[in-house]
Amino acid sequence: MFENIDWALVNWSRAQFALTAMFHWLFVPLTLGLSFIIAFMETIYVKTGDPEWKRITKFWMKLFGINFAIGVATGIILEFEFGTNWSNYSWFVGDIFGAPLAIEGIMAFFMESTFIAVMFFGWGKVSKRFHLTATWLTAVGANLSALWILVANAWMQNPVGMKFNPETARNEMHNFWDVLLSPSAVSKFLHTTTSGYVLAAVFVVGISSWFMLKKRHILFAKRSIVIAAIFGFVSSIMLIASGDGSARDVAKTQPMKFAAMESLYEGQTQAPLIAIGLFGKEHDDPMHRGSDQEFLMKIEIPNMLSYLAFLEVDAFVPGIKDLVLGNEQHNIMSYKEKILRGYEAQQTLRAFKDAKGVDELEYQRLKAKFDDEVWVENYFRYFGYGNYYDPNPEQLELNAFKIVPPISLSFYAFHIMVVLGGHFMLLFMVVLWLTYRKKLESNKVVLYTALWTIPLAYIASQSGWIVAEVGRQPWVIQDLMPTMTAVSKIDTSSVMITFWLFTITFVALAVAEVRIMVKQIKNGPKEGGHN
Amino acid sequence: MFGDLSHLVLQQYWWIIVSLLGALLVFLMFVQGGQTLIYTIGKTPMQRTMLVNTLGRKWEFTFTTLVTFGGAFFASFPLFYSTSFGGAYWVWMAILFAFVLQAIAYEFRSRPNNAFGSRTYETFLLINGLLGTILIGTAVATFFTGSAFSVNDMNQSQWELKSHGLEAALNLHNLSLGLAVFFLARVLGLLYFMNSVNDQDIFVRARKHLVYNGVPFLVFFLTFVIWLMLRDGFAVNPQTQEVFMEPFKYWHNLVSMPLVFILFVLGVVGVLLGLVGSIVRQDCTKGIWASGIGTVLTVFSLFLLAGFNNTSFYPSTFDLQSSLTIKNSSSSHFTLTTMSYASLMVPFVFGYIWYVWKAMNNKPIDEDEMKSDDVHVY
Repeated sequence: MFENIDWALVNWSRAQFALTAMFHWLFVPLTLGLSFIIAFMETIYVKTGDPEWKRITKFWMKLFGINFAIGVATGIILEFEFGTNWSNYSWFVGDIFGAPLAIEGIMAFFMESTFIAVMFFGWGKVSKRFHLTATWLTAVGANLSALWILVANAWMQNPVGMKFNPETARNEMHNFWDVLLSPSAVSKFLHTTTSGYVLAAVFVVGISSWFMLKKRHILFAKRSIVIAAIFGFVSSIMLIASGDGSARDVAKTQPMKFAAMESLYEGQTQAPLIAIGLFGKEHDDPMHRGSDQEFLMKIEIPNMLSYLAFLEVDAFVPGIKDLVLGNEQHNIMSYKEKILRGYEAQQTLRAFKDAKGVDELEYQRLKAKFDDEVWVENYFRYFGYGNYYDPNPEQLELNAFKIVPPISLSFYAFHIMVVLGGHFMLLFMVVLWLTYRKKLESNKVVLYTALWTIPLAYIASQSGWIVAEVGRQPWVIQDLMPTMTAVSKIDTSSVMITFWLFTITFVALAVAEVRIMVKQIKNGPKEGGHN
Repeated sequence: MFGDLSHLVLQQYWWIIVSLLGALLVFLMFVQGGQTLIYTIGKTPMQRTMLVNTLGRKWEFTFTTLVTFGGAFFASFPLFYSTSFGGAYWVWMAILFAFVLQAIAYEFRSRPNNAFGSRTYETFLLINGLLGTILIGTAVATFFTGSAFSVNDMNQSQWELKSHGLEAALNLHNLSLGLAVFFLARVLGLLYFMNSVNDQDIFVRARKHLVYNGVPFLVFFLTFVIWLMLRDGFAVNPQTQEVFMEPFKYWHNLVSMPLVFILFVLGVVGVLLGLVGSIVRQDCTKGIWASGIGTVLTVFSLFLLAGFNNTSFYPSTFDLQSSLTIKNSSSSHFTLTTMSYASLMVPFVFGYIWYVWKAMNNKPIDEDEMKSDDVHVY
C-alpha cells in the first residue's frame, strides 16, 4: 500500500508547512496581545489628555508595526500553501475549510488593514476619538482574523457539521454553526488568543523591566508594566481555564494526542498526571514501547489525569496501546479494525465510481450507503485509516503503530507549555504585588527574571503549536485524511528548493526584525518621530 | 434568502464576486506599478520618501485584496484552487515570494539598523512591482489560453508538464496580458502620484512618464484583446457539459452578453479618459479615478467573459474534459449559501474603506508632513 507513496515528498511538504507555520506563529501572538495593550494605553491617553500616555502608546505602537509587517508577510504563505502543497486536501475538504478563510478576508483582514493605516498615519489627520476607534478596531480585526483561522484549524482536528458526497468525492458542509461553535473551535480560539495576550504582556513587562534596570524612562516603564501585568494576569487565568477545557476536548475527540501528551502507554483508571518527567531510552520495537520505557525521573500528581480528562478520578484514560490494540473491556476499537473498516469505505467509494454509468442498480445501492448514517458512523468515519491497509496481516499490525504521533516531542512540548504558563502567572502576580508596594524598581532579581521570561514566552507559544500539530499526526483531517494522501503531486525537488528558499528568506527577515526591534527599544520612547 | 436560489445562480453570484475582487486587485496594483517608478520619478531622497510613503499607506489594501481573492476562490471554487495552485506551483510560488518581500519592505526600509540597507528594501519593492504584476497577469491569461492538467474521477488533479506553471510565461498571448497589466499598473501608479503627492517636480515628471507607459500598455492590451477575440475558445455544451473548442468563442461571449459588452467598452473608455486627460490637461489630478474605475470595469468584464455563457474558466489543454467550469468546480449549495450571507458585509467593508481613504487622503503628502515628528514615516 505504501509503495505508491512518495514519502520524501510528504516529509518535505510537511517540513515546509511546519517551517512557515512556526515562523508565522513567532509574530502573530505578539500582534494579538499588543494590539489590545496599545488600545488600553491610548484609551487612557484620550481620557486623561496626559501626553506621557501618548508617548507610551506610540512607543509600543512602533514595535507593533515592525512585528505586524513580518506577521503579514508570513501569513499569506500559509494560505497559498494549502493549494500549492496540499491540493488533494484542498479539494477533499475545501468546501468547508475555504469558507472560514474567505470570511476572514472579508470580515477581519480588511478591517485590520484599513484601520491600521489610521492608527499609524492618522495622528493629527483625524480626531482623537476616531484614532482611538481605529486602534480598537485594529485589535478587534486582528483577533477576528485569528478566530476564523482557528475555527478552520479546530475543524481539521475535530471535523463536524459535514457530510461526505461520493459524487464529488469530498466532504461538504451541512451545518455552519456546528463548524463555528464546536467545543474544539471555542476552546482553541480562547486558548490560542489568550496565549497571545500572555506573550504580549510578558513582552511589555520584560522590556519595561529592562528600562527600569537601566534607570531610563521610569514613569514610562512603570505605567507600561501596570497595564501589561494586569492584562497578563487576567489573560493567564483565562489561559488556564481555556487550556483545561481544551485538554478535556482533546481527551474526547483526539484520545491518541491526549495519551501522547502524557506518554501514557497503558490506560488506567485513577490515572496520575506527570507534572515533570524525563525520558529514558525508547524501545526500538513499537509493540514493546511503554512497558520497558522508563522515565529517568518523574513527579506525578495522583488521579489528576483522570480528573483532568473526564472530571472523575475513577475515569479510565486510554493509553497508546489501548488505542492501537483495542480494549474490549472499555469498548475501544483497535486500529487494525479501523483500518479494515476504512479500507472498506474506500473500496465502496471506488466501486461506486466504477459503477457510475455502467451498472445503475449497483450505483444506487452504493450511493445509499453514503446516506446511511449507521454505515457512515461505522465505516466512513474511519475512511483515512484505510490508507494503512495491507493484505499481509503482519504488516497490517505493524502499520497500526504508524498511526501514532511522536510521543516524546508531544510530551515535552505539552509539559514545557504548562510549566511555563504557571511561571508567567506567578510572574504577573509578583510584579503587580511589588508595584503595589512600590518595591519593583529596586528588586533586580524580579526585573531580570521578567526580562529573561521574554524568550520563555516564545518557547511556550511554539510548544503549544507543537502539541496541537505534532500531537495529531499523521492526520491532516482527524481520522479522515492522513498527510500522505493530502499532498500535491509535484516533484520532491521543487518542494526542497522552496523549503530552502523559505529558510533563507526567514533567517534574513528574522535577523532584520530582531536588529530593528533591539535598536528601537534601545532608542526608547520619544515624542513623535519614527527613528 | 440565498438558500432558495438554485445552485447555478449561486455559482454565478460567486463568480461575479470573485471577478469583482480580481478587478479591484488589478486596480489596486497601482501600488506595485508605483513601486517600479520610485527612482524614475523621485530624484531626491525626500521625493523618494514621499513616493514610498504615499504608496505605503495603501499597500495593505492590495495585499488584503489578494488574500481575500485567494480565500474567496478557495471557498467558492475549490477545484480551481487545488488544480491551479497545486499544479502551477512555480508561478504561484514566484508570486508568493514577490508579495512576502513587499510586506516587510515598507516597514523596514527607513528603520535604523535594518541589516540590509534602504536600497535592499527598495529593490524588494521593485521586484514585487515587476514580478507581481506580470505573473498575476500571465496567470489570469491562462483562464483563456488553458493549461496542461488532468482531473480524475475523484477530482484529484495532476499537472502534466514538469515546468509546473513556468510554461505559462512562455506563451506570448499570456505574456501580452502580463505586460499589459504591468504597464497599466505603472500608469495607475503615476496617476496616483499626481493625485496624492503635493510636489510640482513629481507631478511634472509623472505626467511625462504617462506617455512612456501609456503607449506600451495600449499596445499590449490591444494585442491581448484582439488575439482573444480571434482565437478559439473553450465552450461547454449546456446539455452534456462536454467541453469543445469553438471558433471566436470570446467574441461570441461578448456579443451574447450586451451588459458585459457595455461594461467592457465603458471600462476601456474610462482608462483612456484618465490617461489621455491627465496627459492633455496640465493640472489634472483626478485621472486615477477615471482610469481606476475603468480598470475595474474592464477586468471585471474580462473575468465574466471567461466564466459565463457556457465557457470553461480554467480550461485544460491536455484533456478538454478535465476543464473547469463554474458548475463542476464550485462548492456545494450549502457552502455557497453560507458564504453569500457573509458577502452581505462587502458593501459595509467598501463603506468604511471609502470613509478612511477620504479621511487619510484629504490632504496630499508633502515635505512638511514627512518632516513632522507626529507622523509614522516609512
